Amino acid sequence: MGSSQGPGAGKAGAGQPSPTSPPPPPQPRKPVPGSGSGSESGYRGKVLELIRSKGLRVGDRVLVRDGRIELIGILMPRSELEDDEHIVVKLPDGYNVGVSIGSIDLQRAPDLEPPRPQPEAPLPPPNPALPQVAIISTGGTIASRVDYRTGAVSPALSAADLYQAVPELGELANIRTEILFSILSENMSPKHWSSIAEAVYRQIRAGAQGVVVTHGTDTMGYTAAALSFALRNLPVPVILVGSQRSSDRPSSDAALNLRGAVSAAAHAPFAEVGVLMHATPSDDLLVIHRGTRARKMHTSRRDAFRSVNSRPLAFVRDGKVEVGPAAGTGAEGVSYRPRGAPGELELKPHFEEDVVLIKSFPGMPPDIFDPIIHRGFRGIVLEGTGLGHVPDKVFHQVRRAIDSGLTVVMASQCINGRVNMNVYSTGRELLGMGVIPAGDMLPETALVKLMWVLGQTEDRGKIRELFTANLAGELSERSEYDGGASDGE
Amino acid sequence: MASDRDQLSGVSGSTAAPAPPGSVAVADQASAGGGVKVGIEIHQQLDTRHKLFCGCPTSLTDRDPDYSVVRRLRPTHSEMGQVDRAALFESTRRKRFVYQGHYGSACLVELDEEPPHGLNGEAVSVALTVAAMMNMKPVDEIHVMRKIVIDGSNTTGFQRTAKVALDGWIEVGGKRVTVQSLCLEEDAARKVPGESEDTVVYRLDRLGIPLVEVTTGPDMRSGAEAEEAALAIGRILKATGKVKRGLGAIRQDLNVSVEGGTRIEIKGVQELGMISSAVEYEAMRQRRLLEIRAELQRRGAPDPSGSQLEDLTELLRGTGSKVLRRAIDSGGRVMGVLLRGYGGLLKAELQPGRRFGTELSDRAKARAGVGGIFHTDELPAYGITAEEVSSVRRALGASEPDCAVLVAAPEPACRAALEAVVERASEALKGIPAEVRAANPDGTTRFMRPMPGSARMYPETDVPSIVVSPSRFEEVRRNLPETLESKAERYRKEYGLGRDLSLLIVDSPYAAEFESLVREGGADPSFVAATFEYTFKMLRREGVDVDSFEPSDIKQVLLGASSGNIPKEAVPEIFRWLSANRGKGVEEALRALSIGAVSPEEVRAAVAAVVERNLDLVRREGERAKSRLMGDLMKEYRGKVDGKLLFSLLDEEIRKRAK
Repeated sequence: MGSSQGPGAGKAGAGQPSPTSPPPPPQPRKPVPGSGSGSESGYRGKVLELIRSKGLRVGDRVLVRDGRIELIGILMPRSELEDDEHIVVKLPDGYNVGVSIGSIDLQRAPDLEPPRPQPEAPLPPPNPALPQVAIISTGGTIASRVDYRTGAVSPALSAADLYQAVPELGELANIRTEILFSILSENMSPKHWSSIAEAVYRQIRAGAQGVVVTHGTDTMGYTAAALSFALRNLPVPVILVGSQRSSDRPSSDAALNLRGAVSAAAHAPFAEVGVLMHATPSDDLLVIHRGTRARKMHTSRRDAFRSVNSRPLAFVRDGKVEVGPAAGTGAEGVSYRPRGAPGELELKPHFEEDVVLIKSFPGMPPDIFDPIIHRGFRGIVLEGTGLGHVPDKVFHQVRRAIDSGLTVVMASQCINGRVNMNVYSTGRELLGMGVIPAGDMLPETALVKLMWVLGQTEDRGKIRELFTANLAGELSERSEYDGGASDGE
Repeated sequence: MASDRDQLSGVSGSTAAPAPPGSVAVADQASAGGGVKVGIEIHQQLDTRHKLFCGCPTSLTDRDPDYSVVRRLRPTHSEMGQVDRAALFESTRRKRFVYQGHYGSACLVELDEEPPHGLNGEAVSVALTVAAMMNMKPVDEIHVMRKIVIDGSNTTGFQRTAKVALDGWIEVGGKRVTVQSLCLEEDAARKVPGESEDTVVYRLDRLGIPLVEVTTGPDMRSGAEAEEAALAIGRILKATGKVKRGLGAIRQDLNVSVEGGTRIEIKGVQELGMISSAVEYEAMRQRRLLEIRAELQRRGAPDPSGSQLEDLTELLRGTGSKVLRRAIDSGGRVMGVLLRGYGGLLKAELQPGRRFGTELSDRAKARAGVGGIFHTDELPAYGITAEEVSSVRRALGASEPDCAVLVAAPEPACRAALEAVVERASEALKGIPAEVRAANPDGTTRFMRPMPGSARMYPETDVPSIVVSPSRFEEVRRNLPETLESKAERYRKEYGLGRDLSLLIVDSPYAAEFESLVREGGADPSFVAATFEYTFKMLRREGVDVDSFEPSDIKQVLLGASSGNIPKEAVPEIFRWLSANRGKGVEEALRALSIGAVSPEEVRAAVAAVVERNLDLVRREGERAKSRLMGDLMKEYRGKVDGKLLFSLLDEEIRKRAK
């Protein structure tokens, strides 16, 4: 097919010409990410060859004929995970259909007037009466933008994009935006936490009266905990916000969450790191969880996040931030670090990455500890069963790890409740080896905290002292009765 | 599109709507070659085991809801970077949506709290079957799209829909009707009656039930032709044996245009019988709107776009009009706008009881939620005096050929309403605006929303596409179900059914039961068909709840009657008794009605006794005595002994004696 267009295929086969190395020998081509129209369109293999041989690009108007059927439509992009035997065509009525390239005649059709992208909404002029809020974008689906030509959804978050998506933000605050990076939250690492902490620090130093961090929800709880430890003596609220339904759909929770986050950053009376999401499946009540206590407890619901072993910091209803009794969180509500509390903001962004989280399970093979000890990891968080237990078969490994200089801490896979290692002999024995109990800390928070503590000091005594101290609301002395349901409902 | 359909309670009851005056005249006019073109869109619910994108059942429930959630929707940009006109229109209403759910009939998918599961393979198979029966070409790869619908009828703010086949035809009355498109889509949530100003309540059970949408070309030239085509499509869908029946299971939309007019989509045409009047009235509306345009052009009326809106509250502060009073007293305003050159046209009738002014008013109501508008074509009235009209006209600077429009409401609503009025008036200069209109029970229509464009479609990225291989479609084509027509013919041949009865039974909800009783049970075909089609119809008229009969009871009665164990004459009485004694079985019915209590020996003896008693008569009249004696026997045994059996015993006995 397309033999008359031969040179096109040859050119594409050469890949990116490099001035220093000779062109690679011709061989069967594999899709190269980032090369030509292939990467943006999702087409690969045979079908990409066909499209290229016709000199077509995604977004072109095409005529497709296969003897049986004749279609005119726009060539659309295709998911990279699908086969290389079909093209996707958008018909005039808006439907996309896949057409097998088996025996088709594919041609460019005369262009109609191309769709024009919407003019960008003008930025509102700064209003001196409104507080300054910085929005730092790290990725996720909270604010994404659709490419009108290729149909690709890209997470962009310029101030203009934001106002276009949620124009009401301009009435809530004067907004400064910073696109820090654009990654899926499962790809976050402690290095990213450090960058985010530094960005928040810079924004507060530059006068932000509140900071919003947009984040993918998968690991938002980890990042929230990390910021809680890395930013000492916060003067203003730092609100992480995500969405469970992408912002390209009318039912997205992104706009309401973003509005709530900006309101909270601008007006919340606390100066802590919080995670803001829907409180229920309804679009009316938002909740702010304390950064060290938030855990994603559902794969898909809008109210996936829950406060564990703690009440939420606040609720947001109709744009109003409610804390304490007003929030209906009980007579007292939660105590919090107030906005503008004394102390100089300090940035401590170092995290020790050589820490692992190991979940105990029946029949756990003891030798899984070997590589961890050999490779010189510095810490292990054990997610034990019940009150904080692991099978006695692994005791010798725990002892070896501690003797080799690792810090071993114990949290519970029950998620709810605190560890108590004095009740059973197993716990007492582990304590005797030097395992540090994590109290009522979430296992994930314990992991982040141990990374942070090990990033601050190498002194064994200091490590224990820091780890067992309440630094950011991650630990408490009291376990409040929460009305029965153990899932925090 | 799935929105705005029937409500929970049904908008039915329109069957008995009297034919509007003048409908005959209109029909005559249209059939006299008015250049009307009609296309239809049929939506048919499929009777699959599961919904289209989740494992929920496809049945509705009338229990009180177990939970509800509250949502809001926002318009989004389409794949092509545009915001759809219809979506933007809905978003101006800023509604709050309440969704009621039931455990067992809706899950997190309907709540939009979980991504959709894969496309239901059973529904795809039914759609491909329909495609093959309509001579269509399947697409090579089915892509699920999101069609933006933000009236709340879908929790997601879009309806998932996929084009399955294109470019086919069916034959209707000897004429080919093109079938342009076949889509598989999810049904919308049901509206619960009682919409308030800012809240709409929906029920989730219907959301996600698979629908096929069949769209014909604009090939029909009258309402009657459209009705015939709708019937033909309905019969093809039923032949699959996989479609739902009953109120709301099949719905049709119409696309109507006249020469020089615009394609208008009419939704909510509840019954086939309404198609004709809806088509004729729409043709009438379009022609009259074209006449209004011609008149406006003749007058040289200027485009009213951008006309000044005037606050007339102070002028009318002393009014005696209750409507104006109420608005002013509650802090609202009375505002007006002048339509230059439109005088007298607002009272021009477009459809029976609906004037051009009604079109302006519909827009104002839809856009601003006001109760309606006033215009000087119909004033003085509503307590507004001639003096007040004059002063309003003066204040607006109106001269003779002008028309003033007033509205009373809070100020923002006044402005929105009058802007909508001006917009619609301006469109009248250009022609007929592309709209989606809702059918009223009498076949007239009202504005619903602007015609949505292709900008409302973008890919459903959560659902993988499905390849339809040529071999899969070939397989479907080889196993096509019998059409209803050929099945009826087979019934006539195989079972000796009459023509009427055969056509009735294949199109009946009892078609499957008929087939199984006759084929597997060996029941008497004519008797079974007649029971379903005639006896049940009669019982239904008497008020018997025929639909509540247990299939096993029906089977027992009909098989019993076919084999002679139950007298056929007794069948209606047995069903009456079963209906009155819900929960009891056929055995109890037979006992209570003393049916079958007479043993064959007893009957034989009774017949012999009667013949014995009337030996003279038998000798004198011979065979002819039979009918009289039969009458005597039936008096005693009607409904207890099968008449045929009785007759043959009598016949036997008389022959014996006659010898």
